Amino acid sequence: MDFDLSNEQEILQETVDKFIGNVCPITRVRELSERDDPYDEELWDRCVDLGLGGLLVPEEYGGAGLGLLDAALVVESLGRGAVPSPFIEHTVAVLALRLGGSREQKRKWLPGMAQGDVRGCVALGEQENAWFGDRWTTRFDSGAGGREGVRGTKAPVSFGAGSDLVVVGTAGGGLVLVEGADPGLRFERIDGIDRTRRLDRLEIEGASGSVLSARDGIASRVVDAWLVLLAADAFGGAVACLARSVAYAKEREQFGVKIGSFQALKHQLANMALEVEPARTLYWYAAHAFDRELADASCAAAAAKSAICDRYLRIARSAVEVHGGIGYTWECDIQLFLKRALFDGLYLGDSRVHYRRIAESSGW
Amino acid sequence: MELGYGEEFELYREGVREFLSKNWPPPGKSGEGIDDQAIRAFRRNAVEAGYLYRAIPRRYGGAGREPDLLEAQIIREEFRRARAPMEIGGISTQMLVPTLLECGEEWQKERFVRRTIEGEIIWCQGYSEPGSGSDLASVRTRGELVDGEWIVNGQKIWTTQAAEADYMFALVRTEPDAPKREGISYLLLDMKQPGIEVRPLRQITGGTEFNEVFLDDARTPADWIVGQRGQGWQVSRTTLKHERNMVGNAESAEKLFRQLVRLARSVDLEEGPAIDHPEIRVELARLWNEVLIQRCSGYYQLSRSAKGKSAGNLTLMNKLAFSDFAQRVSDVALRIIRGDGLLEPGRRRGGNEKWLNQWMGSLGLSIAGGTSNIQRNIIAERGLGLPRDVVGDR
Ligand SMILES: Cc1cc2nc3c(=O)[nH]c(=O)nc-3n(C[C@H](O)[C@H](O)[C@H](O)COP(=O)(O)OP(=O)(O)OC[C@H]3O[C@@H](n4cnc5c(N)ncnc54)[C@H](O)[C@@H]3O)c2cc1C
Repeated sequence: MDFDLSNEQEILQETVDKFIGNVCPITRVRELSERDDPYDEELWDRCVDLGLGGLLVPEEYGGAGLGLLDAALVVESLGRGAVPSPFIEHTVAVLALRLGGSREQKRKWLPGMAQGDVRGCVALGEQENAWFGDRWTTRFDSGAGGREGVRGTKAPVSFGAGSDLVVVGTAGGGLVLVEGADPGLRFERIDGIDRTRRLDRLEIEGASGSVLSARDGIASRVVDAWLVLLAADAFGGAVACLARSVAYAKEREQFGVKIGSFQALKHQLANMALEVEPARTLYWYAAHAFDRELADASCAAAAAKSAICDRYLRIARSAVEVHGGIGYTWECDIQLFLKRALFDGLYLGDSRVHYRRIAESSGW
Repeated sequence: MELGYGEEFELYREGVREFLSKNWPPPGKSGEGIDDQAIRAFRRNAVEAGYLYRAIPRRYGGAGREPDLLEAQIIREEFRRARAPMEIGGISTQMLVPTLLECGEEWQKERFVRRTIEGEIIWCQGYSEPGSGSDLASVRTRGELVDGEWIVNGQKIWTTQAAEADYMFALVRTEPDAPKREGISYLLLDMKQPGIEVRPLRQITGGTEFNEVFLDDARTPADWIVGQRGQGWQVSRTTLKHERNMVGNAESAEKLFRQLVRLARSVDLEEGPAIDHPEIRVELARLWNEVLIQRCSGYYQLSRSAKGKSAGNLTLMNKLAFSDFAQRVSDVALRIIRGDGLLEPGRRRGGNEKWLNQWMGSLGLSIAGGTSNIQRNIIAERGLGLPRDVVGDR
């Protein structure tokens, strides 16, 4: 057994950390988050230059051919930096093609996705918390009766507007590809609580679609992968909240000493560390189980998403408390993480939904 | 033990009801027709009848009644039932006024109390500074008495409603050579003067209720001081005591709980209304137990102080109990609103995402007026008699 990252994986993560430090430090995150649309073309181009666009694209289509675990490591770093990047959405779109695309579909899209000509996004969830395939109502009619095309409403869609390829979930748990430029797509911006993610409501009115293989369970594999990546983001964010809180406790003085000298605060920070650090291996496991198609992959994805996102929310709240009055301000960067924690926790179903899925599939 | 109020008090209750049936809603008015003026007039009548501002002497605009906590409770119950306006809340009436009544000079009470309780003037609390939050006694804003005037220099921060306030009650270091807690005075300052600049600070919710206040040769007359020079710390303890009572209040807990129940009734989870969901029901029951504890503990505190006796450590626990409760309520709310919690609460008014403000606000509650850690220190040290921390100048 060697349940540890490989050398290459460690180097990948270091590279991404350094990249974020140079290209999108927290000051830049803040600038982007103050705009109506935090998506930044230039930032995404730089990500693609680094090879992030094609991380999961198979080598034969010009990518690095890596697995979900590698992508999750990148996402952890992005989450630690609160970076407004569409990497998760793009990568899940790549995975959808990889899992369900015909040779032709792959040839058409994957090389561009690796090179940065094509940015992908995924539109699954619908109103009223219909996150999973069994509740999607978006329809795809393949021709009969002159009503050809995709019809429905997806919301909220993250980093959807401006993308070149949209993977759309359809009734019964199917997936269809729609070109971003299709006149049948209308993105309408939604003001989200997390200003580091662009959110839209997507109206699809007769867009032309190209079906991905209906092979059983592709859509739910795609959801699983996304859950794992949200968990990785949450882990990174929780690490950042802990690190910032520890640093603040070593710097802020009250009663003539560093506040970290008070045992109450030490215990608070130790409890935060206790929640954060062991959780890293859970998202590793979930990503690994996905890559190896282990029998409990789906369950592990649900566990990682619910457990780690719940922790992120608690850690972010504690981080505000540790910072005192400053923590309660817009100026303090903790608020960016607190709101990302809300996003990670609620997108693709809150933890209660996933705890239930785990219980239902557990056999106990 | 007897939970009823007794015959004498039930008679009193009838009196309150009769007053309300004649005065609220104001005769001939309803809905939109009830303007500020009508509310003011109602409050005046209620003071006259002895129902509002009871502890405040008549000469300062109050009802001047003997303190009677049971009567006060009956009034609250009946006014709430009739949805009639009660006393104006907030720090002006609930912190500054009691402090003035307890420690102020006669002229200060005459000048400020009536106008404050009638809502004519608003105060802000200038305690915290960038370097002095939990360690409030370390305040550095300086005051010097020059030619019959205090000249005040320094900075206050997190000052709620400083932008709207007419006056500030502030902790200012006037005796730089005295030990930490003995060098502070409690000064009153006019906010509308050139020496005071207020800059809004944006809160985590996006709103701007609190501010930075810069005092640059701000002036205030020599006698705008509550208590003696150097006694400001003692005076401020009375104010903080009032703040803790204000927050730790069983009625607020119950109100919050009722809002949560309304939310649970109105939202469908996959299997039907949230209120019917077994997990949510268990959560609600847990919170309801907490409400019950706070209510009973409120009755007990009430009964004890009616007899002039102490309720022990309970009084030290109200703030922490309430802020923890508020946090738990908002966590359950988040589980009910789910996807709506992805939305910005400020702009799309009216949706369930407004609970995010409650969720974030409950964080503010656990910082403002003494953080939860400080509350726990108070319970441990003052309540349980444990030795003080060995680190720090506490
Ligand atoms: C919404 C809001 C409104 C406010 N309104 C006002 C107002 O109107 N007027 C006003 O004067 N102030 C106001 N405040 C300020 C508030 O009183 C202070 O923020 C609070 O007292 C904490 O001080 P601080 O922010 O300096 O944090 P710090 O004191 O620096 O605390 C930082 C962290 O250290 C911990 N800590 C500090 N000392 C100890 C210790 N001895 N033992 C254990 N832990 C410790 C704290 O618990 C906290 O977690 C407001 C604050 C908020 C959030």
